[in-house]
Amino acid sequence: MNKIGKVKEFFIEKLIVICGSLSIIFVILIFIFLAREGLTFFKYESIKDFIFGRNWYPLSNPARFGVLPLILGSVMVTLGAMAISIPLGVACAFYIAEIVNPKMKDILKTGIELLAAIPSVVIGFVGMVTLVPMVKKIFHLPTGLTALSGSIMLAFMAMPTIVSIAEDAITAVPKRYKEAALALGATHWQAIYKVILVAAAPGIFAAIMLGIGRVIGETMAVMMITGNAAVIPHTLLEPVRTLTATIAAEMGEAIRGSNHYYALYAVGIILFIITFVINFIADIFLHRIKK
Amino acid sequence: MNINDCFNCRIRVENVNFYYAKSQALKNINLDMFNNNATAIIGPSGCGKSTFIRLLNRMNELIPNTNLEGKILLDGKDINAIDTDVVEIRQLVGMVFQKPNPFPKSIYNNLSYGLEVKGIKDKHLIEKRIIESLKKSVLWDEVKDRLHDNALRLSGGQQQRLCIARCLAVEPEVILFDEPCASLDPISTAKIEELIVELKKNYTIVIVTHNMQQAARVSDFTAFFLLGELIEFGTTEKIFTSPKNKKTEEYLTGRFG
Repeated sequence: MNKIGKVKEFFIEKLIVICGSLSIIFVILIFIFLAREGLTFFKYESIKDFIFGRNWYPLSNPARFGVLPLILGSVMVTLGAMAISIPLGVACAFYIAEIVNPKMKDILKTGIELLAAIPSVVIGFVGMVTLVPMVKKIFHLPTGLTALSGSIMLAFMAMPTIVSIAEDAITAVPKRYKEAALALGATHWQAIYKVILVAAAPGIFAAIMLGIGRVIGETMAVMMITGNAAVIPHTLLEPVRTLTATIAAEMGEAIRGSNHYYALYAVGIILFIITFVINFIADIFLHRIKK
Repeated sequence: MNINDCFNCRIRVENVNFYYAKSQALKNINLDMFNNNATAIIGPSGCGKSTFIRLLNRMNELIPNTNLEGKILLDGKDINAIDTDVVEIRQLVGMVFQKPNPFPKSIYNNLSYGLEVKGIKDKHLIEKRIIESLKKSVLWDEVKDRLHDNALRLSGGQQQRLCIARCLAVEPEVILFDEPCASLDPISTAKIEELIVELKKNYTIVIVTHNMQQAARVSDFTAFFLLGELIEFGTTEKIFTSPKNKKTEEYLTGRFG
């Protein structure tokens, strides 16, 4: 190799190293920033009062920063979304992986993955003009902006993740398991239910966790259709406010350096911890499959 | 004297042609397999032996774009007839595959699966059948203390005997072996062969094998396949000592294949 070639090689190599490490450095920087701003809040308020406080009145005097209604709001909307999207998503994954013919399989899989490309504001908008009035009418509510509406729209957003990853997991189950089951006289359903499902379970679980991660972090759609009332919800038919919507809605009006501003960062930390734990669990299961 | 007169024909294959999409894998096969005998199917790779044996319990249906012509009769009944239940056929005609394929479950659950699928709920009966079939497949002494261990922790040979036990638990009458020793070491192979010799007292056995010595050791009848055609069929002794067809002789003496 000539001299110019060597120099070129050297620079390209370094450039790749820089690009690679930059992505990690950015993540670390974001994390440090979040921690620094958020933890400042706990100089003024105890962690216990923050997490278990039942009132979120950031602008009253004295201001109250109890994040419990927001956590419960997020949890309720997420649980509702999971109750809808897990059965539908897993059943859909089995349909695509096991039942439908190969040509249709491609069409369906692409279609469902396209669903992931719809911007969440569009999903929120569609929910607002179609689903919200429907929920209001069916349940005779004063408003259709409820946790239920949010759950239904979020279920749509979790579906692509769940279906796509669960389908991969099911397809990755070695064919010889299915053959063995059928050769023993199992019906197709018996083979799916007792053999393929068991073998694909870790992958399906990971798919569900990643779906939950997507739902918990979602902001725009829930802000548009869940009503944004920071009160502790008792049923799915009440307005709720989620952690994410709170940050998005209030960050603009919070004065930089105020307690309110730091409290929103503290909410961010909670959100970060929740999504980190969920992704971490999903990762453990995904790695288990690779082994 | 016709051999059909001396033996009880269990499976009769009549004028069978089989196609993968447009390529013909089997050409006009006529073959009888007899009760309480082992029939070996031998031939070079790609001659259609695996395709043939998988027709006998309708496993080829899992492959799209295939086409079958002709009849396959089990005890005189067409297994591909519209009113024949494929599940029933597969319970009567068990199969052991080339690569050991236990489920990723415990040894016990591997064996109970086929019984549960059959609708047997009685726990005592299930346990009795499991023990019986493990004893029949000569695996009982090796696993009796760890029935609830994951089956994937067994050695390859043990896994294959587990698959045989799993197949026996469903009480089939015919057992198909598709190169059952292809991925096993010589000692495990010897054990499986012994087992097949033992099993043929009570079952009808069809075995596909690459290994001609194995065919000679375990089978009573041998069919030689070449390029999708049945070249020669007869008692194993005859095929190996005085084959009529020149191609059979060339294959057996190692001139090709």
